[in-house]
Amino acid sequence: MAIFLTADSKVIVQGMTGSEGMKHTKRMLASGTNIVGGVNPRKAGEKVDFDGQVVPVFGTVAEAIEATGADVTVVFVPPAFTKAAVIEAIDSGIGLAVVITEGIPVHDTAAFWAHAVATGNKTRIIGPNCPGIISPGKSNAGIIPADIAGPGKIGLVSKSGTLTYQMMYELREFGFSSAIGIGGDPVIGTTHIDALEAFQNDPETAAIVMIGEIGGDAEERAAAYIKANVTKPVVGYVAGFTAPEGKTMGHAGAIVSGSAGTAAAKKEALEAAGVKVGKTPSETAQLMREIIAAL
Amino acid sequence: MDLYEYQAKDLFAAHGVPVLPGSVAATPAEARAIAEQLGQTVVVKAQVKTGGRGKAGGVKLADTADDAQAKAEAILGLDIKGHITRKVLVTPASDIAEEYYVSFLLDRANRTFLAMASAEGGMEIEQLAVERPEALAKIPVDAITGVDRAKADEIVAAGKFPAEVADQVADVLVKLWETFVSEDATLVEVNPLVRDPQGKIVALDGKVTLDENAAFRHGTHAELVDHEAEDPLEAKAKAKHLNYVKLDGQVGIIGNGAGLVMSTLDVVAYAGEKHKGVKPANFLDIGGGASAEVMANGLDIILHDPDVKSVFVNVFGGITACDAVATGIVKALEILGDEATKPLVVRLDGNNVDEGRRILAEANHPLVTVVDTMDNAADKAAELAAAGV
Repeated sequence: MAIFLTADSKVIVQGMTGSEGMKHTKRMLASGTNIVGGVNPRKAGEKVDFDGQVVPVFGTVAEAIEATGADVTVVFVPPAFTKAAVIEAIDSGIGLAVVITEGIPVHDTAAFWAHAVATGNKTRIIGPNCPGIISPGKSNAGIIPADIAGPGKIGLVSKSGTLTYQMMYELREFGFSSAIGIGGDPVIGTTHIDALEAFQNDPETAAIVMIGEIGGDAEERAAAYIKANVTKPVVGYVAGFTAPEGKTMGHAGAIVSGSAGTAAAKKEALEAAGVKVGKTPSETAQLMREIIAAL
Repeated sequence: MDLYEYQAKDLFAAHGVPVLPGSVAATPAEARAIAEQLGQTVVVKAQVKTGGRGKAGGVKLADTADDAQAKAEAILGLDIKGHITRKVLVTPASDIAEEYYVSFLLDRANRTFLAMASAEGGMEIEQLAVERPEALAKIPVDAITGVDRAKADEIVAAGKFPAEVADQVADVLVKLWETFVSEDATLVEVNPLVRDPQGKIVALDGKVTLDENAAFRHGTHAELVDHEAEDPLEAKAKAKHLNYVKLDGQVGIIGNGAGLVMSTLDVVAYAGEKHKGVKPANFLDIGGGASAEVMANGLDIILHDPDVKSVFVNVFGGITACDAVATGIVKALEILGDEATKPLVVRLDGNNVDEGRRILAEANHPLVTVVDTMDNAADKAAELAAAGV
C-alpha cells in the first residue's frame, strides 16, 4: 500500500527541463519511479534522454495526462511561475501535485490552495517548499534520496527535508512504508493530520514518526487528532527549542510570534495526547525502536 | 519583514488609506523643523518595531517647535524593549472622538486570510481578544474573491461599527485590502483607526509585515530595510545569500537544511548544560548544495563572530554527497588560512560518508575533529567552547 504514492503511480515533472528538474528527474528514475513525461510549453514535442530512459516533453499537464495517464505531478518551476503551474495541475484534475519549489510568495500559495478548495479538492497538494514523498521500493516523487532506507512498516511525516533524511537514516534498519515531507512554509497543502489519517488507514504502516518545528499550531492540532483518531503508536520530535522570538529560522513558516508557535507548547500538546516525544533525533529513533520491539 | 510605523503609513497613503501628514526625523533639529512646518501641536513618536512605546516614554506631545525638539532629544536613543530608537515620527496631534481596530492577516491554520475588526480599538489587540473576545470580529477572507465593497460592509457590520462611520470604515477596508494584496503583506493593521470630532476617519497608527518571498516582484521593498538596525554579521551573511541568524551563545553552527539546523541548536544547548552552560552562537543553513565556496562563506561569517569559541559543522548528506562537503571544509580552511583559529567539530552522515571522512582524515587539519554522531559531536563542540570561555 503505502500512502499517496504507490508502485502504480505514473509521474510527470513540471519544470523537468530546468536544472533542478533535470537533476532530480534523473534521480527519481534511478530510484525506480515511473516517470512518464515532462511539461514545458516551450519544449513540447521534444524528448529527453536520461541515461537511456527517454522521457517525452508535453506542452501542458492536460496533454501529458491525455497521452500517458499520469496521476502524479512533481513541480520544480521557479517561484514566480509556481502559482500558474499548480493551478494548471489542479485544472487538469491530476490526483497528486508535489510542489518542491522554495520561496513562493504566500499570497500565491493561498491563491492556488483557494483554487483547489473552490474546485472540489480533486488534487492533493503536497508542499510547497518540501522534499516530496517516497514510498521506498515503489516510487519517489521529489528529492528525498532513495538510498537512505528501504521499504518497511514505519510511516514518517515531517515539515523538514533534512530531518526527514536524518530520521530515515536513524531508523534505516526497519525501513518505511512512506516518508513524506510536508514543507516548511506557513501555508501548505497536505498537513500532519492528512498524513496521520492516511498512515492510520494504511495496512502496511505499523507505527508513525511525526516531526514538527516552531511556528503556527499544526502540531497542536495534530496532537488533538492523534488523541481522537490514531490507534497506531506515534513518536514525535519537535525542532526549535532554542529559537528566539520573532526570527525566521530558515523555513518561511518557522517563526515564534509572541508566545505562539513555540517548540515547548508543541511538545506539551503531543505528550498530552500520549505521544512519546524525543529530546533529540537519536532519542526519538530510540523511542521508535522500543515501540517496534514491542509490536 | 516588519515595517516601521512611518513606512506602514507611507504604504497606506500610497493606496488611499487616510493618514495624517508628518515626517520622520533622525535628529532633534529635524524634528523641530517638521514641527515648525506643521505649525500646530504635534506628537513625537519613537519608530521601533515593538509595542508598548507609549508606556516606555516613546510617544510625547509637543506644543511648540522648541518643545518638539526637546521631546525628540529625549526619545532618540531610548531603549524600548531592546530596540534602540533611531528615528521619530513627527505628526499632528489628533483629537480623538472614538478608537477602532481593523486588520488583515494570514490565517495559517485555515490556509486563508482573515479580517479582524472591532469598534473597540486603542488597546493591545491581544488584550482585547482575551478580555472582550465578543467585541473582536474575525471574518475569513477568500484569497481569490478578496474584499470588495460588499465584503467590507460585512466586516463593518460584524465589527459593530457605529452607523455614522460605516461608509468611511468600509472604504478604508477596501483600500487596506488593496494594500495587503498589492504589497504582498502578511499583516496590515490599523490600531487605532480613529474618528475625530469632525467625524473624519484616519489611521493613527499602522503595522505592516511584508512577505520576503515576494521581494522579487517588489523592487522598492529592498529600500525599506533599515541597515543601521541590522546585526553586522547578519547583514554580511545576507549579502552572501546565507541564511543566518545571530544568537547569544558560544558554539558556532553550520548545517544543511532548516530543520536539521534548528535541531542542531537544540542538541548543542542540551550538551552545553554539562559544559558551563554554553549555547549555540547562531543559526546558519547552507542549504542542499554545500559547495566549497558556500562553506567558506559560512565559516568566514562564523569565525569572525567574537563570541564564537568553537564551531560545529553538522551535515547530513542527502542530495549533497559528504565527500563534496568534506572537500568544501578543507578548501574553506585553505582559503581562510591564518584567519581560522577556532576548533571545528565535524559530523558527517549519509551519502558517501566514508569518502567524506577519509578526505578530512587525510587533510588532518589541526583544528578539525571528526565525530561520528550528532549527539557526540554536539557534546565535543560544547566541551571545546567551554574550554575557551
